[in-house]
Amino acid sequence: MDIQYTYHPDHLRNSEPTKTAVESLKRGEMIFNIGPQHPSTHGVLRLEVITDGEIVKEVIPHIGYLHRCFEKHAESMPFNQIIPYVDRMDYLAAMNSEHAYAMGIERILGITDKIPKRVEYIRVLVAELNRIASHFVAIGTYGLDLGAFTPFLWVMRDREHILRLLEWTCGARMLYNYIWIGGLYYDLPLNFEDRCIEFSAYLKPKLNHLESLLLTNKIFIERTAKVGTLPLDLAINYGVTGPMLRASGLKYDLRKVDAYSVYPALDFNIPVGSGMMGETGDCWDRAYVRMQECRESLKLIDQCLERLTTDEKRSRDFDPRALVPKKIRPKAGDFYVRAENPKGELGFFFRTDGRSDVPVRCKARGCSFVNLSVLPEISKGVMLSDLIAIVGSLDLVLGEVDR
Amino acid sequence: MKTEEILALLIKESPEGIFELQQEDDPVSIIVPKEILYEVLILLRDHELLYFDMLSCLTGIDNGPELNTMELIYNLYSIPFEMPLMIKTRIDRLEGLAPSVSVIWRTADWHEREIYDLLGIRFDGHPDMRRILLPSDWEGHPLRKDAPLQERYHGIKVAY
Repeated sequence: MDIQYTYHPDHLRNSEPTKTAVESLKRGEMIFNIGPQHPSTHGVLRLEVITDGEIVKEVIPHIGYLHRCFEKHAESMPFNQIIPYVDRMDYLAAMNSEHAYAMGIERILGITDKIPKRVEYIRVLVAELNRIASHFVAIGTYGLDLGAFTPFLWVMRDREHILRLLEWTCGARMLYNYIWIGGLYYDLPLNFEDRCIEFSAYLKPKLNHLESLLLTNKIFIERTAKVGTLPLDLAINYGVTGPMLRASGLKYDLRKVDAYSVYPALDFNIPVGSGMMGETGDCWDRAYVRMQECRESLKLIDQCLERLTTDEKRSRDFDPRALVPKKIRPKAGDFYVRAENPKGELGFFFRTDGRSDVPVRCKARGCSFVNLSVLPEISKGVMLSDLIAIVGSLDLVLGEVDR
Repeated sequence: MKTEEILALLIKESPEGIFELQQEDDPVSIIVPKEILYEVLILLRDHELLYFDMLSCLTGIDNGPELNTMELIYNLYSIPFEMPLMIKTRIDRLEGLAPSVSVIWRTADWHEREIYDLLGIRFDGHPDMRRILLPSDWEGHPLRKDAPLQERYHGIKVAY
């Protein structure tokens, strides 16, 4: 057997040493480790916290426990085979990541305008379903962090319906490989639209229930309002995007700004934080923006379903793979493409040589990675229990932080 | 503002620099010499007609030992003017040193740490140049073209 590991105490000390030396601590200070295996870190995130009693002096995130060498793998794989790896980055919103990736390659190939409208509407439909599922996990686990158990069970129950719908399209519950470069794996299954309409009608009142149970709850407000406030200028300087940036008060959504896919033809609003319960950009605003985005996504789903059952109706001769290129050989150059994921701006940088179907370099700009980098800044001087509230409000997926 | 106009503005501000426009890239990119990179990036952020306030992505590329260069690619975005820009710079591979822009955009802090971790480019003026994704006692920088695979890590065989 090759996998043989003999324990040595230095291994741990050398592989992930603390940044702060014990000798440099002031009187009364203490190094406190949260994670990597801790439920409130939402994955394998390790936080080195310098505390003075209950007060957090400094937070140093240690990441990389889930590093799976995405960029190294991508250097030796054709473009279409990278999609399953992209799924596994943000595993809670795989459809959105696939959508971003596939659109990016299509743009490089110059076939964006040729994609059939039905394919585009199906993509937006499944991506928005996945966005709701991702936000549900964010809201539910956030409640769990703060001691509210019921909302978590509610959102998991409703998320299950979404996962079953998406499983029906492609056979996988979370990591789909459904959106292909130039098309889709399959058309929607028969009767999918009807089930989806039923689900949309089912979910609408549930969102109101969830909002009244969690977001307007007195304990929840007191735990999150005026906690972890992220001012707008700091957010932009740190490259924070997605609901976190919008909670800080900027109407910045790539679906509107870049107007990609069929989003310009659809009607939806961009919710922003306004400090309704405390200050603009606090933890409550972030939870609120996610909650409102679920409603907007539902609106988008309804519009897509409307189009998919009328103008872009299912037909016998429709082939979602008609435009899928047999050999993907983009022109040489450097390209940066991006799209709005539930957690922020997911960007891909590609360098292509124009000769092969393998990228010379493929770098993913993970939104969770960038959003996490602001944590040391906004958690200086807070209470230790508030730190948990702040980490939860970032909505991290460590798969995307570490890639 | 078009990238050609931005280029003209850059040439006006720093006439000694040799800039190069690359039309085949998307967004259209400008190659900036490393020596004036820091000043150019500050200008791009602070100029009232540009205001590139967001550093979306920072990528490092190793061109291999034959060309003996590495590249850094800055993907900027101006939120008020809704325009993207790609800035590239070439650095010497053996020296592997570039100016840190984490003072201009603090998001560059972690991006630069990642580039240091995977490519071994050190950033001059960076506040905290440690590895970020790989373990601290990992040997070498795996995205370098000539990176050897270490045989064993903590007694565990690396190559499978």
